[in-house]
Amino acid sequence: MSQPPVTETPDEIFAREEEPVDGLHKEEAPPRARGSVLGWMRANLFSSIPNTLVTIACAALLAVAVPPLIQWALVEAVWSAADPAQCRAAEGACWALIEQKHRFILFGLYPFDQHWRPLLAVALFVVAVAVSCHPGFWRPWLAVLWVCTLGICALLMWGGVLGLTFVETERWGGLPLTLILAAVGIVCAFPISIVLALGRRSEMPAVHALSVGFIELIRGVPLISVLFMASVMVPLFLPEGVTVNKLLRALIGIVLFTAAYLAEAVRGGLQSIPRGQFEAADALGLSYWQKTVLIILPQALKIAIPPIVNQFISMFKDTSLVIIIGLFDLLTTAKTALTDPPWRPFYVESYLFAGLIYWAFSFFMSRYSLFLERRLEAGAKRA
Amino acid sequence: MEDRLRAFVTSSIIAIALFAGGQAQAGPTFDAVKARGELVCGVHTGLFGFAAPDEKGVWKGLDVDMCRAVAASVLGSADKVRYVPLSAQARLTALQSGEIDMLARNTTWTLTRDTANGLNFTNVNYYDGQGFMVRKSLGVKSAKELSGATVCVQTGTTTELNLADYFRANKLELKPVTIEKYEEVTAAYFAGRCDAITSDVSQLAAIRANDASAPADHVILPEIISKEPLAVVVRHGDDQWFDAVKWSIAAMVEAEEKGLTAANVDAAMTSADPTVKRLLGVTPGMGAALGLDEKWAYNIIKQVGNYGESFERNVGMGSKLQLPRGLNALWTQGGLMYTAPIR
Repeated sequence: MSQPPVTETPDEIFAREEEPVDGLHKEEAPPRARGSVLGWMRANLFSSIPNTLVTIACAALLAVAVPPLIQWALVEAVWSAADPAQCRAAEGACWALIEQKHRFILFGLYPFDQHWRPLLAVALFVVAVAVSCHPGFWRPWLAVLWVCTLGICALLMWGGVLGLTFVETERWGGLPLTLILAAVGIVCAFPISIVLALGRRSEMPAVHALSVGFIELIRGVPLISVLFMASVMVPLFLPEGVTVNKLLRALIGIVLFTAAYLAEAVRGGLQSIPRGQFEAADALGLSYWQKTVLIILPQALKIAIPPIVNQFISMFKDTSLVIIIGLFDLLTTAKTALTDPPWRPFYVESYLFAGLIYWAFSFFMSRYSLFLERRLEAGAKRA
Repeated sequence: MEDRLRAFVTSSIIAIALFAGGQAQAGPTFDAVKARGELVCGVHTGLFGFAAPDEKGVWKGLDVDMCRAVAASVLGSADKVRYVPLSAQARLTALQSGEIDMLARNTTWTLTRDTANGLNFTNVNYYDGQGFMVRKSLGVKSAKELSGATVCVQTGTTTELNLADYFRANKLELKPVTIEKYEEVTAAYFAGRCDAITSDVSQLAAIRANDASAPADHVILPEIISKEPLAVVVRHGDDQWFDAVKWSIAAMVEAEEKGLTAANVDAAMTSADPTVKRLLGVTPGMGAALGLDEKWAYNIIKQVGNYGESFERNVGMGSKLQLPRGLNALWTQGGLMYTAPIR
């Protein structure tokens, strides 16, 4: 298409387009029914021959796979049975396993008669997360709310006061343990990662070298070996008899590991900020920290949301590796529930149950990050 | 330079903080356990019958009973135990580093473990060995007939190495099907992916009793291709503690030999049998020799039971595992369970 000549004024262009020219006007087919199911299907599923073939293949696959799955998981499933023999007799899934073992899977070794405490702690935590997610509540009191929530959660889990029996961290397990590892991991690793990312871009040689060294060292080894070091090697270096709490060891390992990975995600965000932003901030006479906190980080972190949340989700699931230190996280309790011989054949159900819980939390994180991106984008969109 | 100094100071502070947070545990293990009033016992992360939490999160099993017995004899109460679940890799270092006082985690007693690791093995609490299970319809009567058979085995275990050794030594052709996860090994065998499955005999019996749709269709072959004496371990450097653990386990075997059970031990206090009187502390001396209360053995028998009771409850025919006593029967009944005299 050629550009309109410079001499033409906009008015003339509009005048010409608005004027219908007989004979040149083309009859168009009526628009396809928008919004109708049929129209949607034609547009999305059968728009071309390859697309149609793929659609048919997928439908066939679903037709083969889904009915037996429903048959197994719902129709022929045993929902309630005290005796695993009933499950053996049935063809379907044995959800009775979950009925029998769900308290152990959810709370692990925590004293049985005190299970209300971790339950309440998890509920409080989830409510606090839900409240924090709503932009309407992004006020200073939210920080106070979090301090209170975490304090109460810790009080409930540990006990030892107000008539609650003391429960040592060795006995924490299941979902609360997984959430503690993930939440503390995220909360502690995030600030460290920002410092590391800034350090890596710093012009001070020592800071730069330390940051690069730390990041590359930690990224060079798998998480399982970091945890293994924490569980097997660290006690050997300490004098005999001196032990560091296992949960603390796991947490330190996870925080260091996650921080190194997150730092690279944050650095990616920092590098995408145009040079002009730095120069403009310098021109305004802002100090390094003012520039970083007010100008650079808000933009960089927003850009880095997808990789950061990616890391959060990955870390949430990596917490299952703490079994190597003998902590009973959610996956381990699901596995341990299966050591009871009569229930052993029904391992699929147990893993599915644990998998669903992991999925629920991970899915929430990924959806919320999408929402957050849109929400933060809205304020910065160019007109 | 300043940065390096700062890093040094920071790491020192962290180290001091970790020290302060750690548990003070001075002196030999025996005194430390007494002072703490709690036994820290390393167990399996979950092996039914030996050490596994039940649905209420309470540790149960034959290994767990060893911890309970030692707590009963040393501290007077079988419940004064803190269990530390340990992976196979972490178990020995946990003991070496002093994180636990004793290890009862079906650990095979071998020469290198007993010497190079700075550990001492006390008593065997379960004699195991590797064997084979096949379908009865196969008509195989001996492991020597397994040449060319596909064998399901878990990867990365001594089981896998023993299997290869045995087939090589007997000039048999081996077709292993190696699978990482224990459940999948079992599933593969029952799905017919292999002719035979190999594992410790205790495990094979458990698999047959619980995973097979018709247990009678499967047979465990008579050959035991490896010795697996599972024993309780303590650290070098505290002989009094070594004695206390060793004789606590011995007392359980001795009690079975003398017919003492949790139910009848109170009545047995008036027994005229000098051996029983010595064991239960009616005739004092044994407890003093160990540095324990004279009621040490009474507490074990009363609170935990004798070895036979523990065996039946956790792994024996009365349990879900339904293992026969086999090698673990008393020496008077054709087994290997034998203790030096308590006198």
